[in-house]
Amino acid sequence: MKPQKFMNPYLAGFLVGLVLLGTIYVTGRGLGASGAVKSVVLSSVVKIAPGHSANTPFIKTYSEEHPDGPLKDWLVFEVIGVIIGAFFSGVISNRVGIKLERGPNITNRTRIIAAIIGGILFGFGAQLGRGCTSGAALSGMAVMSFGGLITMVAIFGSGYAFAWFFRKLWLK
Amino acid sequence: MGPLVPFIISNEFNLIIALIAGIGFGFVLEQAGFSSTKKLVGLFYGYDFTVLKVFFTAGVTAMIGVLLLAQWGLLDLSLIYINPTFLWSALLGGAIMGVGFIIGGFCPGTSICAASIGKLDGLAFVFGGGLGVILFAEGYPLVKNIYLSEAWGGVLMNEMLGMSKIMFAVLLTAVAFIAFYLTGLVENRVNGVQTAVNERKRVFYASAIGFAFLLLAVIAFFPDSKNRMETRINKELKQKDFILASVPADQLASEIVNNYYQINIVDVRDSASFRVYHLPFAINIPYEKMADRQWGKILDQKHKVNYFYADDKQVAAKAYLLAGYLGNAENYILNGSAVNFRKLFSNLTPPGAEASKSEIDTYNFRQKAATDMKMLVDALKNSSEPVIAKTTKIKGGC
Repeated sequence: MKPQKFMNPYLAGFLVGLVLLGTIYVTGRGLGASGAVKSVVLSSVVKIAPGHSANTPFIKTYSEEHPDGPLKDWLVFEVIGVIIGAFFSGVISNRVGIKLERGPNITNRTRIIAAIIGGILFGFGAQLGRGCTSGAALSGMAVMSFGGLITMVAIFGSGYAFAWFFRKLWLK
Repeated sequence: MGPLVPFIISNEFNLIIALIAGIGFGFVLEQAGFSSTKKLVGLFYGYDFTVLKVFFTAGVTAMIGVLLLAQWGLLDLSLIYINPTFLWSALLGGAIMGVGFIIGGFCPGTSICAASIGKLDGLAFVFGGGLGVILFAEGYPLVKNIYLSEAWGGVLMNEMLGMSKIMFAVLLTAVAFIAFYLTGLVENRVNGVQTAVNERKRVFYASAIGFAFLLLAVIAFFPDSKNRMETRINKELKQKDFILASVPADQLASEIVNNYYQINIVDVRDSASFRVYHLPFAINIPYEKMADRQWGKILDQKHKVNYFYADDKQVAAKAYLLAGYLGNAENYILNGSAVNFRKLFSNLTPPGAEASKSEIDTYNFRQKAATDMKMLVDALKNSSEPVIAKTTKIKGGC
């Protein structure tokens, strides 16, 4: 069976907006994503290398502020939900399957390396900027946070500024 | 009144809410095509602006919704999480994320969506994201200065621009619609096609734009719930046809002495006047703050009788009326001001020799009440000290 068409972007945006609004109404906070990765990764580092963690100020502060670990972390639960929701959506639209998407002129290997490098930069940047596209930019916009909005402008502004340099990764 | 956590929904159940919100979020993101990296980077090369359309529509929808809920008195904006502004780290962090976006082809949320349906590049991005977090944690001392500099706290966009919230909302909504139109043109040009918007879609889009601005107009021109309540109370005050249950100072003093455990004495003046002098056992709930939900347990209960007082009779009467709307407790107001009460029950001068019996009785009563009240206050100091209500700070962000 062929994968189904994507949803109308405005309808999708409206629905995401309602999910975000509901979340703010019920919990008083917005959505996020990178924070869950942070929680899992830093808690694992603490488990694997407790001595080292105690000497690393950032990890130490983090684990002191989050003594319950990832299993009581709001964002971890939210991201588990994202995984379930996205998988379910993929199933009903016939999009599930092991795949690798890349630009026409690069190899699979290059794509994976680029994805990892991109992930590292995004992971690092999201820590520095206190949130990613979901947590800072989207949720920030909903509550008119100045910090969230300038983060958003910086993300997309720099995306456009560097798009030309990395066009070989994506375009013909 | 929202947010429901932690007053109505417990912090434990909140995790279930997180799961449900995540399912909704992930489902719609995937349906919109955010699991496809080519669709995402289309934004930067002009052939597919789905990201901008979804993102902006979602932000504007939620923003208008938040303002509407606040206007209806359903959401307390002072309690919701506002991402704090750290100028340099936000800009630099954002710039690094932008490079990560163009190289990796995802952002964290979308990479998780992609990995969920089996995209290996999505999985690689998530893995990279984890490495990035470790890198930041290890390199933290190097970036600490940037990370913590220019901390402005939870400032809002409209404050920075010096305009009202609703004004900024109107502007952002207008910008969103203009951006949708222009990016549509760019998309067609880059892809070398002409997409014809059919009649049905045109009607649909036009009504969506109309609806958004209609909601904004409602927010801008209709009084919010607090204002509506104020108007209602002022109207009632003017008509003077309400029944104001008031008690004289002597009766209240006797209640304090004999039934202190069955009554709440509520001081509706500001906290400065409260600190200067207040009645024994009084709780300070300034009139403007009466609707705050922490006072629900006093204004909306059936176990204790509430006695309101202020220096201005008008304010006391307003507090009495407002309390009637806010809860179903039994309410009274003190006849006379706090100053008056203080005068009656301190530095009493004994009546002269020619005083009537009733004057002597009154003096004796007040003298005894004053001593008793003082004694009670001293004896119950520990249990009756005003409890400073802790406002729960909602944590949020990534």
